[in-house]
Amino acid sequence: MNDPCTHCEEMMQPYLDRILTEEEMHEAEEHLTECEYCRRRYRFEESLRIYVHQAVSEPMPQALKEKLAALRIPLN
Amino acid sequence: MSLAGTVDRVEAETESAQRLAADARDRVRFEEEALALADQVYRVARHLANSREEADDLVQETYARAFRSWRQYQPGTNLRAWLLRILTNLNIDRGRSRQRQPQMQALEANDYYLYDTLAEDGDGPTDEEKVVERLSQDDIVAALSAVPHDFRDVIVLVDIGDFSYQDAAQILDIPIGTVMSRLHRGRRILKRELAESAVGEGT
Repeated sequence: MNDPCTHCEEMMQPYLDRILTEEEMHEAEEHLTECEYCRRRYRFEESLRIYVHQAVSEPMPQALKEKLAALRIPLN
Repeated sequence: MSLAGTVDRVEAETESAQRLAADARDRVRFEEEALALADQVYRVARHLANSREEADDLVQETYARAFRSWRQYQPGTNLRAWLLRILTNLNIDRGRSRQRQPQMQALEANDYYLYDTLAEDGDGPTDEEKVVERLSQDDIVAALSAVPHDFRDVIVLVDIGDFSYQDAAQILDIPIGTVMSRLHRGRRILKRELAESAVGEGT
């Protein structure tokens, strides 16, 4: 791995969060079009984020839903 | 009593009855909106807390408090963030003080480290989507719970709860720059944990 790839690695999170400046964005994209090594790792990171999001999303237990509804303050 | 006095009294009573009715309507609307968000609140609470049981308690306590103090909510602002603010405060107050031991310095990996570990480990193709599937759901849940609280809170709010940095900063009452740096470091800690669990399973 050489320096542009290290730099590209550092830009990965802000790139995917879309918080790079326009200039940095351009810089990252330029490197990505010519570097398969970094491109692969960026794509992996994107998949990872989606995958983690899905893996940890647990539906609320029905019993809890009922308990919450029962906490409502009755009208009198 | 004079007729005028009676009319005044009846008018005053009608006005107060109308006020009460409007108040009840607002409260019912608040409760319904809050309950409609419960699924999303739970999804975040589940990983802010250390277990399902804790998350269950935390969500109930949050809703009990929200229903009592509904007047403090400003209609038109982000209700989900308001509920999560209550929840994280409760979580920090109770659960967390119990385990306030000196926190070990969490180890971070570079951003490419997880891919490199997973791709190196397998003998198959290095297709990104296939590589990610080498992680099991249990690995991911366990790795997330191993991330120290300060970092985990931010990851859970932003990456799982889809809150903006701004909302996360308000919910946790920390500067936005701190949200960003904790998120950045937290994700690296998470990836290191994931890499470790993947390597551990291979042996």
